[in-house]
Amino acid sequence: MKSIQFGKWLASSLIAAVAALGMTSQAQAEAMKVGFVYLTNPGDHGWTYAHEMGRQQVEAHFGDKVVTTYVENVPEGPDATRVIRELAKQGNQMIFTTSFGYMDPTLKVSKEFPEVKFDHITGYKRSPNMATGNIRFYEGRYVQGVVAGLMTKSNKIGYLGAFPIPEVIQGINAFAQGLRSVNQDAEISVVWVNSWYDPVKESDAAKVLIAEGADILAQHTDSPAMLQTAEKAGALGFGQSSDMHEFAPNAQLFASVNNWGPYYINQIEKAMDGSWSTGEGPDHWAGNTWKGIGEDYLVLTEFKNMPADVAAAAQAARDGIADGSLVIFKGPMKDNKGNVILKDGEALDDGGLWAMNYYVDGVQGQIPN
Amino acid sequence: MIYLEPRKSVPSWLRVATPFFAIGITIMMGGIIFAALGYDALKALSVFFLSPLSRADQIADLFVKATPLIIIGTGLVFCYRANIWNIGAEGQLILGALGAGWVALSYPDVTSYGLLIPMALAAMAAGALWAFIPAILRVRFSTNEILVSLMLTYVASLLIDYLVRGPWRNPMSFGFPLTPLYPDGGLIPPLLIPGIGRLGQLHWAVPAALVIAIIGGILLRRTLPGFQVRLFGEAPRAAKFGGFQPDRITIAVMLGSGALAGLAGAIEVSANIGQLQPNISFGYGFTAIIVAFLARLNPMAVIAAGLVVALAELGGDAAQISLGIPKVVTGLFKGLLLFMLLAGETWTNYHVKWRSLKA
Repeated sequence: MKSIQFGKWLASSLIAAVAALGMTSQAQAEAMKVGFVYLTNPGDHGWTYAHEMGRQQVEAHFGDKVVTTYVENVPEGPDATRVIRELAKQGNQMIFTTSFGYMDPTLKVSKEFPEVKFDHITGYKRSPNMATGNIRFYEGRYVQGVVAGLMTKSNKIGYLGAFPIPEVIQGINAFAQGLRSVNQDAEISVVWVNSWYDPVKESDAAKVLIAEGADILAQHTDSPAMLQTAEKAGALGFGQSSDMHEFAPNAQLFASVNNWGPYYINQIEKAMDGSWSTGEGPDHWAGNTWKGIGEDYLVLTEFKNMPADVAAAAQAARDGIADGSLVIFKGPMKDNKGNVILKDGEALDDGGLWAMNYYVDGVQGQIPN
Repeated sequence: MIYLEPRKSVPSWLRVATPFFAIGITIMMGGIIFAALGYDALKALSVFFLSPLSRADQIADLFVKATPLIIIGTGLVFCYRANIWNIGAEGQLILGALGAGWVALSYPDVTSYGLLIPMALAAMAAGALWAFIPAILRVRFSTNEILVSLMLTYVASLLIDYLVRGPWRNPMSFGFPLTPLYPDGGLIPPLLIPGIGRLGQLHWAVPAALVIAIIGGILLRRTLPGFQVRLFGEAPRAAKFGGFQPDRITIAVMLGSGALAGLAGAIEVSANIGQLQPNISFGYGFTAIIVAFLARLNPMAVIAAGLVVALAELGGDAAQISLGIPKVVTGLFKGLLLFMLLAGETWTNYHVKWRSLKA
């Protein structure tokens, strides 16, 4: 008896579930379905939080023309393949995968679903239906360098790096270019945390840097821990990925905020009107969108805790980058061992940016192998 | 005060029924949690536990997800039956992946699947080596194998981190921490179903996992070494009088479970990832502990238990995609399930009684 009733219950709930799913998909038949895959959860207040803000901008912008779904805490491996495929099977017409490690899983699934548009964030592999997008994070770091150079008293700048990958090296070098544009005596010392998100390690590294005399801290890691440590120690610093003002009201000079909304909205609009493209041929950078301050893909928060003239210099640097009059990596430029990288009149192209395996003048030490 | 009194006899149906009770209560509690979070409990449960079974490719993926759990769980059953507590399968898994990776990356041009054999052997040797450390320390110095095996897991994850970022990093990976891709001969091929072709991520190691669990079951029940393991766990003094050597049994079960965990690591990378990266496992070595207990330390039942736990993982993703239920619910289900299993275990073996305290 019991088991028969249980079976009935099972069957009826299954039918109810299927019917409910069917109804929602019918009601939203007109809307475009867009899926997002997140590495952590939006509560990290860093990387994934910024993507979630972007997704919310998409919902606000398109209203009921778009239905979004996200899956959080997806590890970078076979689970990613399964989740991406599941999103495609559930009828999502466009899928954004928001971490570097989703590159191969996204590529694999893109071949199975040629009619679905895939958009991978921060990667370099593409296919006929897989584009890539990234933000010029390093532009904000140049402005940070300008502010640091004008604000430092000890001429020692501490810098937390996650991993010595090109994106992080670009950031350190851009910071150094900004720093040296206003202050020839200041030096950056880099500490590698070997994690994108580890509040305890980030806080410890910040303490060490402050103890060694650094009075300004910058970070290429995701948690607010460094700024919280700076706040307690009376040092200053810059927020990363999202505005961390509330964690360190007296310490945050400004934050570089990853603003994915415009990118997502732009790509979805292109998908709707048929102009979405992944580039052509073997050209390494075709099909990749890489924009920064000028297009509001990177947004700097209000300049705070600094004198008006410093804020004005920061604003000038920001505006220069935005309108293209300020070129961050241009000759004459030397690495920190004295080798000439760029002669007068030369500038780095995107390929050169991604091939950076040196520190420029103003950074101490060498890149770990 | 509350105290526990051993039951004089435990009916065998109760032993079999306990895990089912535990699963049932876990699902009920899950329903209550969903309802408390404001979801329709029945719909949420059906999405969580039934929707991942609605297509053939999803069922194939369920087996893929369960494969490492089944292989590791089989090894752990032998340890736990002998009262040896290997908690470090996660580290042994990583070492196995490194062992196989070392072979695969040393022969970057091999296209023959024959390469998989030395890869499997290297993986099992590396996993067994990692398990040998806590085993020999316990035998020689009476150290606690729980602590040593657990701590070696962290050593293992730092080791793979170092290798992938340092000496083994692909020079063409733009500085990202990835090794080169394995050669074609080092990749476990997909299992093609006649008439259908590829089904989800189904690969040839999935049937191998089932065979391993069945062989484990026969070994434990029908052979002298299996009998020694069981007797050593249930009645160590009797085992000693019987002339069994406890040290040998300790080392044997640790080596065996380490080798299987290592094999699982090699399979996970070779079938699903294709290259080494800093994170390759996502806790299979720990989740397999729940699997071993859910199976009531019976290798054949490990297959079913592995599938149930894998279902909770896949259900978590399905619930997110269809209903927006946060992923942490998956961890909650796993924790609840282990708790209910252990509580059920206690209830099966003991009466709970009340006694007033008299001074």
